[in-house]
Amino acid sequence: MTLDLTQFHGVFFEESFEALDSMESALLKLDVGAPDAERINTIFRVAHSIKGGSATFGFTAIASFTHSLETMLDEMRSGRMHVTQPISNILLKSVDVMRAMLRAVQNNQPIDAQSVADLQFDLELAIAQKDAAPSASTSAPAAAVAIAQPSAAPVAVAQHAAVSTASSPAAAPGLTTTGEVPRWEISFKPHQELLARGNDPLRMLRELAALGKVTTRAMLDSLPSLDELDSRSCYLSWTIEVEGPQDEQPVREIFDWAEGDCDLTVTRLNPPVATGVETSTGLEAAAGVAHAPNAATELASAAAQEATASASATAPSAAATPAAQPAVKEAAPAKQEGLGSNVGDSGSIRVSVEKIDELMNTVGELVITQAMLSQLGQKLEGPDAEQFRSSLANLERNMRGLQESVMRVRMLPISFVFSRFPRMARDLAQRLGKQIDLKLTGQETELDKTVMEKIGDPLVHLVRNSIDHGVEMPDVRVAKGKPAVGTVHLDACHRGGNIAVEVSDDGAGLDKERILAKARSRGLVGPNDTLTDEQVYDLVFLPGFSTAEKTTDVSGRGVGMDVVRRNVNELGGKIEIKSFPGKGSKFLITLPLTLAIVDGQSVAVGGETYIVPLVSIVESMQLKPTQVSRVAGRGEVLSFRGDYLPIIRLHEIFGVEPRSRALHEGLIVVAEGDGRRVGLFVDDLLGQQQVVIKSLETNYGRIEGVSGATILGDGCVSLILDLPGLIRAASMSYAA
Amino acid sequence: MTTHPTNGTDAAAGSQQVLTFVLGNETYGVDILRVQEIRGFSAVTKIPHAPSHVLGVLNLRGSIVPIVDLRMRFSLERAEYNAVTVIIVLSVQSSTGRRDFGVVVDGVSDVVDVKTAEVRAAPELGSASATEYILGLVPVAERMVVLLDIDCLIGNDLRTVSSSNSQLDHAAA
Repeated sequence: MTLDLTQFHGVFFEESFEALDSMESALLKLDVGAPDAERINTIFRVAHSIKGGSATFGFTAIASFTHSLETMLDEMRSGRMHVTQPISNILLKSVDVMRAMLRAVQNNQPIDAQSVADLQFDLELAIAQKDAAPSASTSAPAAAVAIAQPSAAPVAVAQHAAVSTASSPAAAPGLTTTGEVPRWEISFKPHQELLARGNDPLRMLRELAALGKVTTRAMLDSLPSLDELDSRSCYLSWTIEVEGPQDEQPVREIFDWAEGDCDLTVTRLNPPVATGVETSTGLEAAAGVAHAPNAATELASAAAQEATASASATAPSAAATPAAQPAVKEAAPAKQEGLGSNVGDSGSIRVSVEKIDELMNTVGELVITQAMLSQLGQKLEGPDAEQFRSSLANLERNMRGLQESVMRVRMLPISFVFSRFPRMARDLAQRLGKQIDLKLTGQETELDKTVMEKIGDPLVHLVRNSIDHGVEMPDVRVAKGKPAVGTVHLDACHRGGNIAVEVSDDGAGLDKERILAKARSRGLVGPNDTLTDEQVYDLVFLPGFSTAEKTTDVSGRGVGMDVVRRNVNELGGKIEIKSFPGKGSKFLITLPLTLAIVDGQSVAVGGETYIVPLVSIVESMQLKPTQVSRVAGRGEVLSFRGDYLPIIRLHEIFGVEPRSRALHEGLIVVAEGDGRRVGLFVDDLLGQQQVVIKSLETNYGRIEGVSGATILGDGCVSLILDLPGLIRAASMSYAA
Repeated sequence: MTTHPTNGTDAAAGSQQVLTFVLGNETYGVDILRVQEIRGFSAVTKIPHAPSHVLGVLNLRGSIVPIVDLRMRFSLERAEYNAVTVIIVLSVQSSTGRRDFGVVVDGVSDVVDVKTAEVRAAPELGSASATEYILGLVPVAERMVVLLDIDCLIGNDLRTVSSSNSQLDHAAA
């Protein structure tokens, strides 16, 4: 029987992309020089699982590349390779390459073999070079580091000295092949409640005995006097020496069930010089000499001892002793995290968006049905009417709760978008020679998945702008009396029914004069026009407008801010600029929480009801005949606060018979879209309400000037106006 | 009748079930498996820039469904909508997936079994009367039923709607 593996491809890709994201963020947090073992483990695990997956599915190119990567990470994990800036760069590039490869495979496109091969070569080169590096750097400079960083470095120092000697040809073969039996010291200190949790130390000790020769010592020091003793608590702890197991894995497995209920450390007494570094320390390497059974090991251990000696010669011996403990402790949480990472997301399940949409649809229908029932209930007379109405009120409350819960299913924290920025900021800052501190706040703010997908690109653009144009070069900043490191701040929060996302920097701010000059030179603004600050800042949203002095590959091509604004507008949001010369600038995006619901004003035209999104409405008013004038006998304009706005007669656009064609008998709704304002002529305003947006495209097609439809309380369909589209359509029909 | 297969269009079985409806003096039939529901006529919401035979849209349990007046589609004289006017909601397969739409007809008649062997090809009626959406003619109880290919009839309509609108977009851009 052959198993069709292709059915798992989707999950593999999805998980791999997520894993790469977490690998990237771990890489960015990795400190050069003093790597955190836990982080390296995380990165290693990602590479490993992608390698495993791709090998299973026969994506050999990915598997081969990840194998090289894994080798390098393993070297780093075991401390035989230092984390340096170039290596961290190679690792980040690997993430990109892996992502590209996965994407290529996913889309059935050929993999860019050249870039993969190049990077793989770099990786292997780096691995090959690591042998040369430690022996070149003698223990003397390494020991100097030990003094500077007494907490973590001594361990590395001792190891490296040991490694460099061990890799000398005389010692290495002897080491790997000798039949020396590994000896482990296990310190097992159960918490008092261990027994109550159903764990039996006796069973564990017996299992340990099955692994090899065991010497057990029980610690009785915490045993209370007989009258204080609780028979259900465990007061004993043990120190156990085991001979036999090749690595600590089987030992730890025995204590798996007791994890969290005990303090457990597993230490190798005779260090394996060529492999296990997580558990070995320089100090123990020295201790191992006494037990060394043959000459080859003796040689290596002597070298290790020498290393320890050189470390403790410069650093006080006390510095080396505490170092032994952290090294062991680090190994323990790393393992726990391996289990923990699964526990963390076990509270969620993958559900296809389609299913959620279906659920939303059904709930939307329920809300409408409930609204109809309520309307009926109002008219009802009779003995049970009152009770019926109170039940209806109950239903309404529950419905609202249900609707909110379903909405929340689609909500994701904005950190999904924010997470890409640390990497971007780092790369950009490096390329531009700037120093950037990227602050992310409000990451837990939730918003609709669809909104999130569409807000990513505009935000990328704004952050790029801030780094490229906003923040000055370090020397300029220092000259201005600002810290050399520029701050770019991304913040998100809920504000009413909206979400506000803010991108701010402490750079130079927008150059008002330059924007004005540029606008004047392009004839966008008359030479004598005076503009308010807001109007000036608004200019940067015009297509093709860029004040960047030179075009870089980062920004300055003048395609951008207009696209940003269009994207934001398409989402039913707004963007505002605030700028403080010399102090920085701030871009504030306000977005609706969800695309599924819109706050709308219903307007009546003839027998039809249309919904105008509230976000597009500036104000509504009744016209005096004197406010209207005709331009060239065709277009009608109204004067509105010193501006002349074209009037769009909705009944003409939608082909319905209005109550009256006289402008002063209806109402004008001043609305804006794409930065242009118009007056919509309608019969009447009906009311404001939240409406659920339904697609017209599913069964029909796109209609110019209409963004969707909704179902009103009486079950009728009402069209939702799309102002930018409507204005485009209207200007076409007038032009024609 | 009792042994008909679950798949009404199964050609091998030699028969299919067809829902027949009346339009003026003629009887038409559509594959029953395409029928989503039959409902009474209710007021529709007009949509702008639509072909004249697309009356508007209706709320069908939460989805917005366009309504086509078949009389107008076939250029028959217009009838008043009254209590017996019904809407048959059908689904078509188009390039973009399943689409639902409703057709307004004078009345629904019956569900009949039609043997594939009895279906006659539509005669050539000249270029004025397009016959590409007629699958064939079949005699049922002394009457002639026109079998409609709704994918062709409506699917094309909806496609033209979408494409003409996208042309509009290009012009506007």
